[in-house]
Amino acid sequence: MPSNALLQVTGLTAHYGPIQALHEIALEVNPGELVAMVGANGAGKTTLLHTLSNVHKATSGQVIFDGQEITRTAPHKIVQAGICHIPEGRQVFAPLSVEDNLLLGSFTQRKNKAWVAEETDRIYTLFPILKEKRRQAAGTLSGGQQQMLAMGRALLGRPKLLLLDEPSMGLAPLLVAEIFRVVRELNEKGVTILLVEQNAKAALGIADRGYVLETGRVVLSADADTLLADEAVQKAYLGH
Amino acid sequence: MFDQILQFLLTGITVGSTYALVGLGFAIIYNASDVVNFSQGEFVMIGAMSAVALTAGDTGLPLWVAAIAAVLITMLVGMALQRFAIAPARGASVVTTIIITIGASIFLRGIALLVWGKDLFPLPSFSGDEPIQIGNATILPQSLWVMGGAALLVFGAQYFFNHTTLGKAILACSCNKTAAHLVGINVSIMLLVAYGLSAALGAMAGILVAPITFTSYDTGVMLGLKGFSAAILGGMGNPMGAVAGGLLLGLIESLAAGLISSGYKDAIGFIILLLVLFFRPSGLFGKASVDRV
Ligand SMILES: Nc1ncnc2c1ncn2[C@@H]1O[C@H](COP(=O)(O)OP(=O)(O)OP(=O)(O)O)[C@@H](O)[C@H]1O
Ligand SMILES: [Mg+2]
Repeated sequence: MPSNALLQVTGLTAHYGPIQALHEIALEVNPGELVAMVGANGAGKTTLLHTLSNVHKATSGQVIFDGQEITRTAPHKIVQAGICHIPEGRQVFAPLSVEDNLLLGSFTQRKNKAWVAEETDRIYTLFPILKEKRRQAAGTLSGGQQQMLAMGRALLGRPKLLLLDEPSMGLAPLLVAEIFRVVRELNEKGVTILLVEQNAKAALGIADRGYVLETGRVVLSADADTLLADEAVQKAYLGH
Repeated sequence: MFDQILQFLLTGITVGSTYALVGLGFAIIYNASDVVNFSQGEFVMIGAMSAVALTAGDTGLPLWVAAIAAVLITMLVGMALQRFAIAPARGASVVTTIIITIGASIFLRGIALLVWGKDLFPLPSFSGDEPIQIGNATILPQSLWVMGGAALLVFGAQYFFNHTTLGKAILACSCNKTAAHLVGINVSIMLLVAYGLSAALGAMAGILVAPITFTSYDTGVMLGLKGFSAAILGGMGNPMGAVAGGLLLGLIESLAAGLISSGYKDAIGFIILLLVLFFRPSGLFGKASVDRV
């Protein structure tokens, strides 16, 4: 039966050498959704996103995006297909200027100059601090500013699906709230998002649906509200 | 005395321009992939030797056609080196990749020896051999070609890396390979481009200077070392630093040869390199370490 999910993952496994980091992952993201994948330190969240972007090779399983199988597609072609990935720890191009980081974000869209200029303006409006510091080396920005830059860079890839890895990492609570507000806002404007987070409360707080990942396995999946109310989840992830 | 110094300076700038181009080649590959490519000198040799071979004999090509073809041949060699020797060792340590590039340089030199033997070959000057008088010093027209050509190439490279998306994409591959993949840059192609560019620069340096110094299967050894010194002097990974390092090294050598003794010129160059490494390990023009996180 054909599914109309934007992203459909079945039986996805991945290894580091002999160690299996992902076990038969199955998940779906529908167009327009904001889906959260929550899990503790070392659960395999980053590995999952790396495997989806194919910067880490899957051992078996299938990733179907927008009706195309992309399990073994080269990483740059996955971006061309419309999956943009905001990696854990921001991973900005530290010696390059903020402006150049954004320019490189638009690498796959570089032929479409008018759109890139428009989108860059939109990002500067969304994050005015980036405009102010556009000539500064990205490595000199604070953690929160680097997160904004990483988000702007990914948006310039014109994502149909945004993969977002732990945006709250190492940020002060006020900034976390600000970043999550922006994530929610992007989703409301139509960007489909798969968000992985240790901060289950914040992530499920803005998500439509959620999955819980434990030692490389999806152990629960439900509406975000259901998960937030779930006793086991509260105990394990919400500190109740 | 003044005339003599002027003469040394002119010679120094000519030699230094070649070092600068070779050093720039080192910096480009280092910038793209953190690999120090010790085959850089062989690119110079292959460029010059191919140009000589292509112009030789009755059926020889016109010099400018031969020069373009020689540059293209060298680019192919550079890209083949990346594709078949460096890329398969992805993930290997820095030392391993350095050993691979040294091995490749020995291999390329061996092939050149088989094909061309040990003879020293001349390449015709681009515009005659009539020395030009500057005050009481003289300069060969070919020296002007070397300086002008080097200046043009250096500004071209500068423009490429600072003002084109492709150039910045190559830089992105070295600062963060994963992030480069994730913004949709085809990293393997960028590395090929970097090696191709670097090989082209080396070949052009070889072709520009061959009419003055002549060329043989092993000209790449010393030039490679000098280019490496230039890149280190300037701070590895700083292209304009490598250029400045090359000019400086050329000038120092020429002055040392003239004022002290030509027997010491290489030694003095290397002593200065060691001093710089000791007192300023990031090179004379090395940037602060905020760049490399
Ligand atoms: N490069 C690696 N080599 C070997 N094992 C690794 C590597 N990266 C991750 N792992 C292991 O794989 C498992 C999953 O790690 P992963 O980074 O995907 O977890 P995570 O859920 O993203 O954790 P965190 O919340 O800390 O970011 C962990 O047990 C980790 O130790
Ligand atoms: Mg992680």
